[in-house]
Amino acid sequence: MRKLILTTTATLALSALSATAQEVRVYNWSDYIDEDLITEFEQETGLKLVYDVFDSNEVLETKMLAGGSGYDVVVPSGTFLQRQISAGAFQKLDPSKLPNLDNMWDVVEQRTAQYDPDNAYSINYMWGTTGIGVNVGQVKELLGEDAPIDSWELVFNPENMDKLAECGVHFLDAPAEMIPAALKYIGEDPNSHDPDVIAKVEEVYAPVRDSIQKFHSSEYINALANGDICVAVGWSGDILQARDRAVEAENGVEIAYNAPKEGAQMWFDQMAIPIDAPNPDGAHTFLNFIMDAENMAAASNYVYYANGNKASQEYLVEDVIGDPAIYPSEEAMNNLFTTTPYPAKVQRVVTRLWTKIKSGT
Amino acid sequence: MRRAALILTPYLWLLALFLVPFIIVLKISLSDTALAIPPYTPTLDFGAGWQGIKDFVGALDFENFTFLTTDDLYWKAYLSSVRIALIATTLTLLVGYPIAYGMARAPEHWRATLMLLVILPFWTSFLIRVYSWMGILSGEGYLNQFLLWIGLISEPLTILNTPVAVYIGIVYTYLPFMILPVYAALERMDGSLLEAAEDLGCSRLTAFWLITIPLSKNGIIAGCFLVFIPTIGEFVIPSLLGGSQTLMIGKVLWEEFFNNRDWPVASAVAVILLLILIIPIILFQRNEQKQREADG
Repeated sequence: MRKLILTTTATLALSALSATAQEVRVYNWSDYIDEDLITEFEQETGLKLVYDVFDSNEVLETKMLAGGSGYDVVVPSGTFLQRQISAGAFQKLDPSKLPNLDNMWDVVEQRTAQYDPDNAYSINYMWGTTGIGVNVGQVKELLGEDAPIDSWELVFNPENMDKLAECGVHFLDAPAEMIPAALKYIGEDPNSHDPDVIAKVEEVYAPVRDSIQKFHSSEYINALANGDICVAVGWSGDILQARDRAVEAENGVEIAYNAPKEGAQMWFDQMAIPIDAPNPDGAHTFLNFIMDAENMAAASNYVYYANGNKASQEYLVEDVIGDPAIYPSEEAMNNLFTTTPYPAKVQRVVTRLWTKIKSGT
Repeated sequence: MRRAALILTPYLWLLALFLVPFIIVLKISLSDTALAIPPYTPTLDFGAGWQGIKDFVGALDFENFTFLTTDDLYWKAYLSSVRIALIATTLTLLVGYPIAYGMARAPEHWRATLMLLVILPFWTSFLIRVYSWMGILSGEGYLNQFLLWIGLISEPLTILNTPVAVYIGIVYTYLPFMILPVYAALERMDGSLLEAAEDLGCSRLTAFWLITIPLSKNGIIAGCFLVFIPTIGEFVIPSLLGGSQTLMIGKVLWEEFFNNRDWPVASAVAVILLLILIIPIILFQRNEQKQREADG
């Protein structure tokens, strides 16, 4: 018995050692890559790719701040990235190992620099907007042909929501996006850090709260596609994926996405390397692989999100590059806003308010 | 020597798996948040020697516990968790007891198979089983389709994302924890006692109330605790099956930890949760001990 234990331990220790030398561990958002790329990466580089997924920035951030996550590449959004950089969670990128950096798009890099000055710690993976996805048939049946599907009116005006409750409405469980959206609706600065201004959001949600079936950040993709719900406030590409799944299922569900005309939040998901990454070399290899124009285009063509890679644009299918919901016109881009991270004290106010909105206490 | 080792083992077990983690959580609950890895301060620095330990202890305080009293969210969440756990435990007992009773009354050669059937679901991941309930309970789910098909309802019922779904999930998940101890108690019961009661003029129902229930009392108590204790801190079932209005302390703890990044307050919430749970755990232990003594 003892011998068996010894051999087992030795084998485990050995495999753990060899694993760190040949593995790259990536922690990315769910439904966020063309999985063929994983196999391609392994074939091209001979490295084994371990690919795990999450569906909220908060989960990722907790892993980063706890340290020792074991991941080589992680994908936080802009504001979260900024805070994690100041906590010392990431290592600077080594540009000499990233020749494909030349492919990146300056329009996006300028915007991501507000979270990561000089883009020293991260590269943009994808970006998108937070807006409204609707089941066109059901919504028009309930609200009529002129239903305001391109406006925050649809989900914040109680008159509309009372009717929509019948067919199911989901909101993102992401206060850092749902509070700015409500502020935008009432004409306040969506990036406000003033607790008194943020508190006004409660009154926006109070009359519509009972019409919201669930606050969740990933369930709505399937729920929309299956026709279980008719409205979801969610992320652009996720809703477009739902549209695609419904088309594939041929279930008669027609999904449309709009970034509301009053202004929608623009966000950036950035790839970065944790300070304690077991395999930083492998991480750089992965980043360089992702920044390859054709690979990045394959990912965007698959998940319907815009990317920060200029060179990839010639490989994008018309469905993606030509869709203003994914690549908005320059004029529409001006209507999008970005936010900055809340300081700890304000964060507590925001979380507390969000709990109150969701649970009534 | 051997005897000392035997006695020591359970205490070492308790020390390693309960006391040490608890002290770590307690320590964090007395700290302050910080934007760093790990996200709280102070951290213990043994390098600084005695002075380091003194500074460390000096920086701890009970601020986070007083903070919990300033917001009614916390006690409401504790209370709501206890309420949900109580209702769920009662429901599990109502569903589990007849099953255990039927198993104990089944022909002997059937019992092993029935027992296997009760345990079988554990061979599948808990998460997958809860997820499959989402498929069953959703608006377009199997349950609604079935009820529509047999014509019992004309509009799909909204069950998913309501407290009803949470209770269904809890009862389903914890049912074996209720069935097994009740079954063990019922199986040991001497059947001739019931015959004697009937001979003396008891109806079957009265005999059940006067003989079977009291004799299975210990099984019922054990089953109720085994369901009640984990249900209070339950997080997965309410977050997957429940709506946002289902307020449970597990969710509040999650939010403190993940949304506020406030490990110290999250730890304070956990410490209080543990203190609340210690009461039923001690009662449970006492019941077990009494039973052992009675069994001789």
